Amino acid sequence: MDNVKELLVILIGSSLVSNVVLSQFLGLCPFLGVSRKIKTAAGMGTAVIFVITLASAVAGVIYRFVLQRFGLEYLQTIVFILVIAALVQFVEMFLRKCMYSLYESLGVYLPLITTNCAVLGVALTNVQKEYGILTGILNGFATAAGFTVAIVILAGLREKMEYNDIPQAFRGMPAVLLTAGLMAIAFCGFSGLL
Amino acid sequence: MMNVTGILTAAAVVSLVGIFVGLFLGVAGLKFRVEVDEREAAVLAALPGNNCGGCGFAGCSGLASAIAEGKADVNACPVGGDAVGKRIAAIMGVQATDREPLTAFVHCQGDCGKAGVDYTYTGVQDCRVMEFVPGGGAKSCNSGCLGFGSCVKVCPFDAIHVKNGVAVVDRKKCKACGKCVEVCPKKLISLIPYKARTAVACKSTDKGAVTVAACSAGCVGCGICVKNCPAQAVSVSEFHAQIDMEKCTGCGICVEKCPKGSIVRI
Repeated sequence: MDNVKELLVILIGSSLVSNVVLSQFLGLCPFLGVSRKIKTAAGMGTAVIFVITLASAVAGVIYRFVLQRFGLEYLQTIVFILVIAALVQFVEMFLRKCMYSLYESLGVYLPLITTNCAVLGVALTNVQKEYGILTGILNGFATAAGFTVAIVILAGLREKMEYNDIPQAFRGMPAVLLTAGLMAIAFCGFSGLL
Repeated sequence: MMNVTGILTAAAVVSLVGIFVGLFLGVAGLKFRVEVDEREAAVLAALPGNNCGGCGFAGCSGLASAIAEGKADVNACPVGGDAVGKRIAAIMGVQATDREPLTAFVHCQGDCGKAGVDYTYTGVQDCRVMEFVPGGGAKSCNSGCLGFGSCVKVCPFDAIHVKNGVAVVDRKKCKACGKCVEVCPKKLISLIPYKARTAVACKSTDKGAVTVAACSAGCVGCGICVKNCPAQAVSVSEFHAQIDMEKCTGCGICVEKCPKGSIVRI
C-alpha cells in the first residue's frame, strides 16, 4: 500500500506540483515555439511523452548497469546527453521504417525533441532522487504528461489571444511569455496538494 | 597534483560512447534506410522558404515533397511565381506551364462614408468573432467588409490594410498567397488576374432595396452592366454582378454605366 502511495505522489508531484515547464523551467523552447495551435501542441506533447518515457528507461538502465558498475557516476551528464541524442535519432529512423503512420504524426517533432532539455532533466532527476528503473520510467511519464498539459493549455490560450487587440509592444512573444508567467503562478496552487 | 587518471578515464569513456553511438547509428541508418527522393531536397532549396502555406501544403517542405511525388505542379508556389517555377521545372525535368499572375481583391468598398452602421460596437477587434455579434457586426450591410483587419493580421507580406473601415490590397506587395481569402469570414476577398482592369466591388446577397438602405456603393443587381457589356462577360447572380475574367476585355463600359459605382477600375 505504501508503494502505491509513493507512486501516486510521484505521478501527481511530477506532472502538476513541480511541473517541468512551469516550476522547473525546463523545455521552454518547444513550450513557446510549438504552442500556436492546439493540434500541433498536442502532437508535440505526445511525442515528448513517448521520448521521455523511453529515454528515462534507457538512461536508467545505462546508469544502473554501466555507470554504477564501473564507478563512473560522475560522467552521467555527458553520457546521458550522447545517449539521448542517439536514442532520438534512432527512434526517428525506426519509426520511419517500421511504423510510418506514427512517424507521420510525430515525425516533425522528433528532431526538435533532441534539443529539449526536459528529456535530460528527467534522466538526471531520476538519478538525483535515487529512483529505481521502473519508478524512473513512471517519473518520466508523469513529467512528460505535465509538459503536455502545460503546452496544450498555453496553445488554447494563444488561439484565443489571436482575436485580441494587444498593444503593439506586447504583440507576439511578450504576450506569450506573460501568459506563461501567469500560468506558472496558477500552477503554484497545486503546491498544497501533497 | 591534477588527477590525470580522472581526465583520461573521462576522455576514454566519452570517446567510447561516441564511437559506440556513431557505429550504432551508422548501422541503424543502413538497416532502416528509406529511399528519399533527392529531388525533394533540391526543390525545397529552390522554394522561397517563407512557409506561408499559400500553396495549401504544410509549409515549403510539404510542397517540396508533394512536387517530388508529382502530386503538385512545379509552379504551385504562388509566392515564387514563374522564376521559382522554372527552376523547379529544371530540377524535375519538365516544362513549366505559364501561370497567370494573380492578386487579391476585396469585393467591397463600403467604407465609413458609404456604408451605415446599426450600432456602436466596442469589443474584441477581430472579424472572426463577428458571427457572435448581433447582426453579424455593426455595419448595416450583412455582406460587407467588417474592417477589423483579420486579413491584415494574417498577411505575411504587409500587403493589405484597412483604410477608412474597409480592407484594401496593395497590389505591388501582394503575392497572391491566399491567406486573406481563407481568413475573411465574409468571403469578400478573391484572387483575380493581376492584369484584370475591372472588378465588382460588392458582394451583397441582399435584395436591392436592402442593399440601398445599407450602403451607397452597393450593387443592387439592376443588370445595366449585363446589358451594356459588349463581351457578355458580366452576369448577375445572388443579387450582385459578377465579371467573368476570361471574357472581360477591360473596356470599362460597365464602370461608366453602373449607376451605383459598384464596378471599379483597377
